Amino acid sequence: MTALADLCVIELANDRSAFAGKLLADMGADVILVEPPEGDATRTYEPFLEDEPGAERSLYFWHYNTSKRGITLDLETDAGRDALRRLVATADVFLESEEPGRLDTLGIDALTLRAGHPELISISMAPFMRGGPREHEQATDLTLLAGGGPAWSSGYDDHSLPPVRGGGNQGYQTGCHYAVMTALVALVSRDLTGAGQHIDVDMHAAQNVTTEAGSYSWLVAEQTVERQTGRHAGVTPSPPSQVLCSDGRYVNTGVPARRGRDYSTVLEWLRELDLLDQFPVVALLEIGAEQDRIDLSNIATDPVVREMFMAARNAITLIASSISAQDFFDGAQQRGFQVGIIYSPEEVMEDRHFKARGFPTEVDHPDLGRSFTYPGAPYLFHGSPWEIQRRAPLLSEHTDAVLEESGFTSDEVAQLKAQGVV
Amino acid sequence: MREHDGTALGHLRICDFTGQLAGAGATKFLAAFGAQVIRIEDPTNEGRWDILRGGQPFKDERRGINLGGSFNNHNVEKLGITLNLRKERGKELLHELIKISDVVSENFAAGVFERLGLSYPELQTLKDDIIYVSNCGFGHSGPYVNYKTWGPIVQAVSGLTFSSGLPGQPSAGWGYSYMDHTGAYYMAMAILMALHHRTVTGDGQWVDMSCTEAGASLNGPALLDYTINGRPLRREGSPNSNRSQFPAMAPHGIYKTEGEDNWIAIASRNEDDWAAICEVAGTTWANDPRFATLAARVENEDDLDQRITDWTRHQERFELAAKLQAANVPATAVQRPGERVDHDSDTEAWGLWPTVHQTEMGDVRVDGMPVHLSKTDWHVENGAPCLGEHNEYVFGDLLGISESELVSLREEGVL
Repeated sequence: MTALADLCVIELANDRSAFAGKLLADMGADVILVEPPEGDATRTYEPFLEDEPGAERSLYFWHYNTSKRGITLDLETDAGRDALRRLVATADVFLESEEPGRLDTLGIDALTLRAGHPELISISMAPFMRGGPREHEQATDLTLLAGGGPAWSSGYDDHSLPPVRGGGNQGYQTGCHYAVMTALVALVSRDLTGAGQHIDVDMHAAQNVTTEAGSYSWLVAEQTVERQTGRHAGVTPSPPSQVLCSDGRYVNTGVPARRGRDYSTVLEWLRELDLLDQFPVVALLEIGAEQDRIDLSNIATDPVVREMFMAARNAITLIASSISAQDFFDGAQQRGFQVGIIYSPEEVMEDRHFKARGFPTEVDHPDLGRSFTYPGAPYLFHGSPWEIQRRAPLLSEHTDAVLEESGFTSDEVAQLKAQGVV
Repeated sequence: MREHDGTALGHLRICDFTGQLAGAGATKFLAAFGAQVIRIEDPTNEGRWDILRGGQPFKDERRGINLGGSFNNHNVEKLGITLNLRKERGKELLHELIKISDVVSENFAAGVFERLGLSYPELQTLKDDIIYVSNCGFGHSGPYVNYKTWGPIVQAVSGLTFSSGLPGQPSAGWGYSYMDHTGAYYMAMAILMALHHRTVTGDGQWVDMSCTEAGASLNGPALLDYTINGRPLRREGSPNSNRSQFPAMAPHGIYKTEGEDNWIAIASRNEDDWAAICEVAGTTWANDPRFATLAARVENEDDLDQRITDWTRHQERFELAAKLQAANVPATAVQRPGERVDHDSDTEAWGLWPTVHQTEMGDVRVDGMPVHLSKTDWHVENGAPCLGEHNEYVFGDLLGISESELVSLREEGVL
């Protein structure tokens, strides 16, 4: 049995909140995506199947709407709004991220929907605080990440290059993570008390508390971190950590050697690769190998510690630049060093570890007579597995079924269709 | 079950071995909603405390094992106890604590918990419906099971470092442990979903979380573009993550403004935004056939960005963002930490930076929660526990150990 099998969610389609619905749906919730009759805007988002646009061909829509059922409702009509009220009346969760004020004007805002239904958990996601001073500012994933802190910390040592927004919609997704975490808090609370409640998510605030030292260096000590290539923004600069390997790919050389046996391991690896004569300060590594531990807390004040530290780092850099990224990653990890290969996203899907754990996931598209490989589970539940229940819904695919389950007669459904409401 | 205290999660107890941020962030979230989180630490330094425990930043330059600024940030509202698990009596006391807990959480390297005799079957012998959530870099199975990670390594291997960068440059990556934050978010979700599942079925379970898998799941559209269309993100001119691929938008970027290291982000979602940008800029770009349509702007985006920069570099970023927002265009100054913490009307109105009291640090501001609940909202007022700060309460009040035994347990180095 899936973890959320007993949960029914009504989600108003919106690119800001789509990922929250997916996270619930892939854990078994019956998430009903409500689109306008012409379809949600994300159906026009790139990329498209075989690069050909079409309402049923957006891979963006496919990804963010797995496991959901789909209906259409024209919420600009009385009949459409009535239908929504009836659907929500039997649902557990209502999820929306409409433009601030739109649902209030239509009389179907979360607080109104809750009126006769105190068990409902309603979630409003907004770029800025609902009713707050910046409520009506426009935002996209880019501007959320740029204004909320992440971009300030990300980029290059060369500050003539702009701060960088991390790719992949992480600003929206961070807001969605908080929406889901909090919906689950409300659900666990409801399991005990029977009472639902309303949740506001401020997506700008969500970025602000997802910046690690960016925020707390200021909060605690009024210090400002500065961005650095491929590593943590810091109050003080740190040495480079990314190295170009012999095959043109990069690795992150991670945590430096600090124990004597790390130094022995580095020496032995240089020897195996026949690189000893290319390394100018082998003697420093030999001294390191005789120590128990190098106390890096003295690095700023003790020149010997600094030389030892740099020798190990330079040796690792020489090794990394002499072999392929994969060989360095496996070789260093198997020798006990925390390093990483910098995979492009698609390389993860081909990696043996991710395959062995079942990460690439086949999803059947019966209408196309094909199946496609999707990214898989973010967590392995042993008792209530994550699972893509079905591919994203075709436009209005489940309208009849969902309305009938909610008690609409076939005459009522026919009338809604005739009026163009669904 | 703990007595219900009116908070959302006040009926729950978590036996917590998490540390740093990837684990501690999860139980911080739960503690802010009232869960009783009992953080277990080794009484001696040999046990290697959380690396953040005595780490920077420091309030008033005061240093010490109870004075770490990030540790305080990630561990508000938790209880802290010391327990030496190398001693038999220490293990016995841990078992007693697990018997009265709902959840056991940890983010050690794979294998550490098993070596402590705390595999899921062993946990179940102590409490048959216990929920166990582990969170490590590569999970508890597979070829990389023994590989070690921390935030930047997780981000590198999961594809997130690569997908953040500019053409002609190495990866910019994330200037902090995005996946420590986000790994913690998934860990919190896992704990809560397992709790709901237990309520419905009566069964506990083990959730094996791999932080790299959680990270890899965050690049969805780019992954489908590869698996379905065969188009890799690693290709000439790619990625340029300040531009928008999915959906296409142009202009879309972070542009230089007046002053040292000052920048503005601007996104044109549609033709209305584009017309508004041209009007605010007071230019005739809109009449140029190279910029007349979205397809043309994407085609000529380098040239377009150069023109935008020639304009923005002479503008004050907050004023320009306000002008663009007045024309309904998404735009924002790239805010420095001090600006978004102390001079941002949204984070202020939200109450995003609550002050907590930590026993040795005194009053310190921390990251709050970007959510508000109408009935059982989050609440934080206590800072992170000092080492062993709650030994008397947990061992005495919860486990019923007498005062005299507590004294001898301390003398024997068990606590």
